[in-house]
Amino acid sequence: MAVTDSLSRAATVLATVLLLSFGSVAASHIEDQAEQFFRSGHTNNWAVLVCTSRFWFNYRHVANTLSVYRSVKRLGIPDSHIVLMLADDMACNPRNPKPATVFSHKNMELNVYGDDVEVDYRSYEVTVENFLRVLTGRIPPSTPRSKRLLSDDRSNILIYMTGHGGNGFLKFQDSEEITNIELADAFEQMWQKRRYNELLFIIDTCQGASMYERFYSPNIMALASSQVGEDSLSHQPDPAIGVHLMDRYTFYVLEFLEEINPASQTNMNDLFQVCPKSLCVSTPGHRTDLFQRDPKNVLITDFFGSVRKVEITTETIKLQQDSEIMESSFKCFFELSFSKQVILTIGLPSYFCYKEDQMDEKLMEPLKYAEQLPVAQIIHQKPKLKDWHPPGGFILGLWALIIMVFFKTYGIKHMKFIF
Amino acid sequence: MGLLSDPVRRRALARLVLRLNAPLCVLSYVAGIAWFLALVFPPLTQRTYMSENAMGSTMVEEQFAGGDRARAFARDFAAHRKKSGALPVAWLERTMRSVGLEVYTQSFSRKLPFPDETHERYMVSGTNVYGILRAPRAASTESLVLTVPCGSDSTNSQAVGLLLALAAHFRGQIYWAKDIVFLVTEHDLLGTEAWLEAYHDVNVTGMQSSPLQGRAGAIQAAVALELSSDVVTSLDVAVEGLNGQLPNLDLLNLFQTFCQKGGLLCTLQGKLQPEDWTSLDGPLQGLQTLLLMVLRQASGRPHGSHGLFLRYRVEALTLRGINSFRQYKYDLVAVGKALEGMFRKLNHLLERLHQSFFLYLLPGLSRFVSIGLYMPAVGFLLLVLGLKALELWMQLHEAGMGLEEPGGAPGPSVPLPPSQAMGLALYVLPVLGQHVATQHFPVAEAEAVVLTLLAIYAAGLALPHNTHRPLSYRVVSTQAPDRGWMALKLVALIYLALQLGCIALTNFSLGFLLATTMVPTAALAKPHGPRTLYAALLVLTSPAATLLGSLFLWRELQEAPLSLAEGWQLFLAALAQGVLEHHTYGALLFPLLSLGLYPCWLLFWNVLFWK
Repeated sequence: MAVTDSLSRAATVLATVLLLSFGSVAASHIEDQAEQFFRSGHTNNWAVLVCTSRFWFNYRHVANTLSVYRSVKRLGIPDSHIVLMLADDMACNPRNPKPATVFSHKNMELNVYGDDVEVDYRSYEVTVENFLRVLTGRIPPSTPRSKRLLSDDRSNILIYMTGHGGNGFLKFQDSEEITNIELADAFEQMWQKRRYNELLFIIDTCQGASMYERFYSPNIMALASSQVGEDSLSHQPDPAIGVHLMDRYTFYVLEFLEEINPASQTNMNDLFQVCPKSLCVSTPGHRTDLFQRDPKNVLITDFFGSVRKVEITTETIKLQQDSEIMESSFKCFFELSFSKQVILTIGLPSYFCYKEDQMDEKLMEPLKYAEQLPVAQIIHQKPKLKDWHPPGGFILGLWALIIMVFFKTYGIKHMKFIF
Repeated sequence: MGLLSDPVRRRALARLVLRLNAPLCVLSYVAGIAWFLALVFPPLTQRTYMSENAMGSTMVEEQFAGGDRARAFARDFAAHRKKSGALPVAWLERTMRSVGLEVYTQSFSRKLPFPDETHERYMVSGTNVYGILRAPRAASTESLVLTVPCGSDSTNSQAVGLLLALAAHFRGQIYWAKDIVFLVTEHDLLGTEAWLEAYHDVNVTGMQSSPLQGRAGAIQAAVALELSSDVVTSLDVAVEGLNGQLPNLDLLNLFQTFCQKGGLLCTLQGKLQPEDWTSLDGPLQGLQTLLLMVLRQASGRPHGSHGLFLRYRVEALTLRGINSFRQYKYDLVAVGKALEGMFRKLNHLLERLHQSFFLYLLPGLSRFVSIGLYMPAVGFLLLVLGLKALELWMQLHEAGMGLEEPGGAPGPSVPLPPSQAMGLALYVLPVLGQHVATQHFPVAEAEAVVLTLLAIYAAGLALPHNTHRPLSYRVVSTQAPDRGWMALKLVALIYLALQLGCIALTNFSLGFLLATTMVPTAALAKPHGPRTLYAALLVLTSPAATLLGSLFLWRELQEAPLSLAEGWQLFLAALAQGVLEHHTYGALLFPLLSLGLYPCWLLFWNVLFWK
């Protein structure tokens, strides 16, 4: 009895061990899958949006920044997670013919100032020191929460900068500048202080690519509007307001972002394609060597939105072909690792949605969001040239008439004088 | 580096300078003139470009459409002016107030030092009217000025009309960040001077005026408008201001870009723009414009009421509507739109205009020569004086080595005080002695001043016979009879070089013009050789003769040549105007010539007649 008991116990132990080993294999597999679902591995999103230029003629830089602000806010990052730095107040500038607005499109088609803009650092507060302090978190204790970047090692941070720059620097106001080395060191400090999980850096300035070439910290993806030696150019001249409203690169980025909604599956590779040289005049650049993941697996919403990994579906979901393995492995997984359970319970349902989504997209209607401006239409509408020409038949008839009158008057014998 | 400290090399260099002095001088002079002529060719003349970021493009919408309104205002203004015989102050005040400006007046009076025969005025009193358009959403710390100077004759009515119509239009816009002052002055430039002095709370010319009741912050830029017809064929722009000061080149660029945008025909010095700068025709046409600019700048007169703003470092220019026999005419709307565009762009300014050039020459409206490129021309001319002075110094040095003179020759310093005294007399006596002159001679005050001026000038020529006699004995007694005049010439050369150098730095045109004429004869002057020829040359290149010659050249370039009698009349008028402008506006040409260059020139005259 004891023997059988011990035998059976040994068998169960063996079975458990077997199951365990099988389970661990299966678990690592599903863990990969789950990881892939949590491609970014982040739990919160932050954005630092900086316009470094003062003065009315730099209207476009403020509009640039506000357009990115508008996009990230629309995609779900709340004001508490956005640090917006604007070096000048264009909406209330006395030169603004349309007070309390900042337009990004000609003919006042898109007001990026919107109804509620929370500017955290304004006018002379926008300094290199303040910017670096925000990034590195070395801020006086009296600083209010809205002026802090309270990110952690699970945060995805979008840093957008625009202004006047040169090879290796970006000018702040009219008095100082930040160099690419300083910026790279600030990012390294952020990494060492575990202030970000992944970081997307976008800069729209002349010779913008020089700003990211010194980065050395991991998990940074960087985009710039122009290569070293190139100028970034302005766009959308508006005679009524009297200035250029946007810069080319950000203009097309905005156009691209307006098409994005929280459920979009657009990835970073699509963002790299924005504003080709034919549109931008400058050559936008990007850098991904520090980034761990393949850009094609990185959703735009990983940085531009604050997207929860939850999808509510109205239909019941059938598990697909490899579902049995998964199901069995789930059990083991649940049995074995409680720590993973937490992740899975959150992650699984939406994971299946995701699979479903990928397999037959027709099944699932993309969610509609209210008040989306057809920016693409606005941009691509061009005044049509209308040159009126008399119809061909009319001209032909006219010539025939002339020739007829000629022969009627002079007769055929005068032909020799003509030829 | 031991070129000058090594005695052997130094001697070699000295020999070189001594032996090759004449060819070097000729070469340097020719190089200077050639450099100046070369300024109009493309590598040296560059295309103008806008440097100021805030005014970067013409990308503003001009909405001015008040052409009828402007004409109606102009008609009313002309009628009221005819009725009252002076500036219709009450009407102007009423109208300005009706278009929504803050209106103020300023009365001023000025007694000229002697009657001004060109403008027919002596005891002047008048009233300036100005209206301020406050920027709706900005503090009144900066302002722009649109001014119309009204003279005693009935010109400029259309300019006043356009000013009022523009004021009405500007009042309706909300984008002004600077106050705009609409200023109508009486007695043209005198009124402007009175207003500017009161605005900046200074009194530099002895003008009596009431203080200003309303102010509008620091003036960033000003545009003066002169229009006397309902339609114009072209707009002429004047930049030369008091004492040859120029506005920042960006202001001219702004005007030029709006000319191009509005398709207006714009001229500089009354000359059209050459299209093609690659062939010879363009630069030759540019040379005419350039020479006209040099002559006008050298005169140091304010060519339009903008010229007085420049003293207060307010960038300003004058736009003159020209109505000639051309077919295509522009109405007031076109001019108004150009002005509106300029003001809207100036409104965008955040700092004073400072990005572009302040010192430049213009061979065309879209071409300029920067100071770095034109200064060598005058540098080469002044090098002649330096070379000549070096030669004299070495000769004196060699002579001095041979025989020591404990007493030395006091010669060179002797003619200096009398020459300076003559200059002082030339500066002071004409105005001071006009009443004495009118009592003793049957002439009017203005004539008296001019004739006294010429008389004293001519009297200076008689000086050598009186000054050199007492010292000639002493000088002759030494064994080097040449030392006296050589030393005097050395002093005179250095004196002249210093003066011309300083003038060229502040007013290149004047410096270059004087250097071109005075340098060769100054280098040639010596008491040997064909004295009569030298004397004739020296008289021909004296400052007064240069003025006369410039007048002929000026009219020649304007394609309105002068006859000799006309030229003489113009010369006399120019002398009177020169003295008057010194007293009324503070033009510096008259004191510069009388206190600086004339005494210096007398020194050369002394050298020539040294015994």
